[in-house]
Amino acid sequence: MENLSLGLEAVEEIASLKISNRKIMGRKPMDFFLFAFTWLGIGITAAVLLFVVGYVLINGLPHIRPSLFAVQFTTENQSLFPALMGTLMILGLALVLAVPLGIFSAIFLVEYATRGSRFVKIVRLTTETLAGIPSIVYGLFGFIFFGVFLGWGLSLMSGAFTVSIMILPLIMRTTEESLKSVPDTYREGSFGLGAGRLRTVMRIVLPAATPGILAGIILTIGRIIGETAAIIFTLGNVARMPNHLFDTGRTLSAHMYALANEGTHPGEAHATAAVLLLVVILINALSSWIAKFVKS
Amino acid sequence: MNKFSIKNMNLWYRDFQALHGINIEIPAHQITAFIGPSGCGKSTLIKSLNRMNDLVEGCRIEGEILLDGQDIYGGIDVNALRKRVGMVFQKPNPFPMSVYDNIAYGPRTHGIKSKFKLNEIVEKSLYDAAIWDELKDRLKKSALSLSGGQQQRLCIARALSVQPDVLLMDEPTSALDPISTAKIEELTIKLKKDYTIVIVTHNMQQAVRISDNTGFFLLGEMIEYSDTEKLFSIPKDKRTEDYITGRFG
Repeated sequence: MENLSLGLEAVEEIASLKISNRKIMGRKPMDFFLFAFTWLGIGITAAVLLFVVGYVLINGLPHIRPSLFAVQFTTENQSLFPALMGTLMILGLALVLAVPLGIFSAIFLVEYATRGSRFVKIVRLTTETLAGIPSIVYGLFGFIFFGVFLGWGLSLMSGAFTVSIMILPLIMRTTEESLKSVPDTYREGSFGLGAGRLRTVMRIVLPAATPGILAGIILTIGRIIGETAAIIFTLGNVARMPNHLFDTGRTLSAHMYALANEGTHPGEAHATAAVLLLVVILINALSSWIAKFVKS
Repeated sequence: MNKFSIKNMNLWYRDFQALHGINIEIPAHQITAFIGPSGCGKSTLIKSLNRMNDLVEGCRIEGEILLDGQDIYGGIDVNALRKRVGMVFQKPNPFPMSVYDNIAYGPRTHGIKSKFKLNEIVEKSLYDAAIWDELKDRLKKSALSLSGGQQQRLCIARALSVQPDVLLMDEPTSALDPISTAKIEELTIKLKKDYTIVIVTHNMQQAVRISDNTGFFLLGEMIEYSDTEKLFSIPKDKRTEDYITGRFG
């Protein structure tokens, strides 16, 4: 009996040593639960992500053939090339329209407007509300305003303008945040040397905020590429490459929606999904590379 | 000869009056120190001398601040004023760029483009700030990679680069170690030959070591202002005596 209790004590001692070695487990049960939940959270998130990416790639990659990248879409060959071009065109146009506007609005709000003024509050409330509107509502607005009222019809212009309005709040928001995170001591240093506001913003604040602004733009790129509802309303969903700014076309996501909806070409739909995914990964990698390059 | 004369100056942050009826003459080519406990208004006063307080929302100033006889709040170009009255801040704040570009930023702001001229200014400013020997081989390195003491001397060099008349230093050594502090104090004494220096410090020994005149502030009022030696040896006011003997603050 004595032996047993001694043995138990030893076991307890070893166990307690082990626990104290792993600091993270701590002594309180709460610590252990937090630890477990953190890992559970990471695990589930990673698993879901891997599952989605894996599913898309496994189902999509085997269907990718050179003929999918033919210039022309035909009934026999459901080429995704026109849609890929459409995606890149919408992406380029929307960024050209929204990025300068968003960045300059944010600069105005953070650097020029009186901090905490009523005007700033109203603009901020407006942009936040705009950010929360479902994209299909933007689509409907774009269709009626750009397509019908301005007479642009279903076209690259209607699509790009609609998408750029949609991403404007996102760009403004992220730019504002990165400008605000630039320490005021930089601004003081510049003003203290007799530099004006414009020079301070352009030479000191903006360069320091660039990595954050680029990160915001990268986020937006994902939004633009993935946009479907607003695009179908405004760019249309015709399987050919737009020839000019007021021509209709389709993007990869709309292309995928059409293929999946018709149900006759599931392989091509999966292939499109895989290409879409790869395009996003590629553009993100490219942008972070640019961001790193700009930073150094 | 007085560089600055401040006459009956009051300052408010919105409803809060931070400075009450300040009268002070700051002589040229001397070091004038402002001492006092936290929140006494000494930093507020020094920031009024190059109008950095303009950046603070709701700041209002009454009275006169004359620089060489000219009212600095009366229709003069703020940027020209700040070029004449340079500032070194509490925390070293080099810009996130190279050592060279940090120094060249000021002259470039005021229109100097010649590479030759800029090189000259960078070398002279760093030399005057006693950091040329340490940095001459690292001009292209990021200023953020320097030590705190080096960063602060770089900031002094940056302030010198636009050839000011006056150098304002707002607790320039409070974030630094004793060795860096000693270097900056030594440098400050050397600089008074060419510049008028106003320094805010919470360190009384520092005021004794380097300044010619000292003003003691308490709760937004200037209690006493005189020759440093006099102020620390035979203070006129009881409150000054209490503060310098360490009874409060």
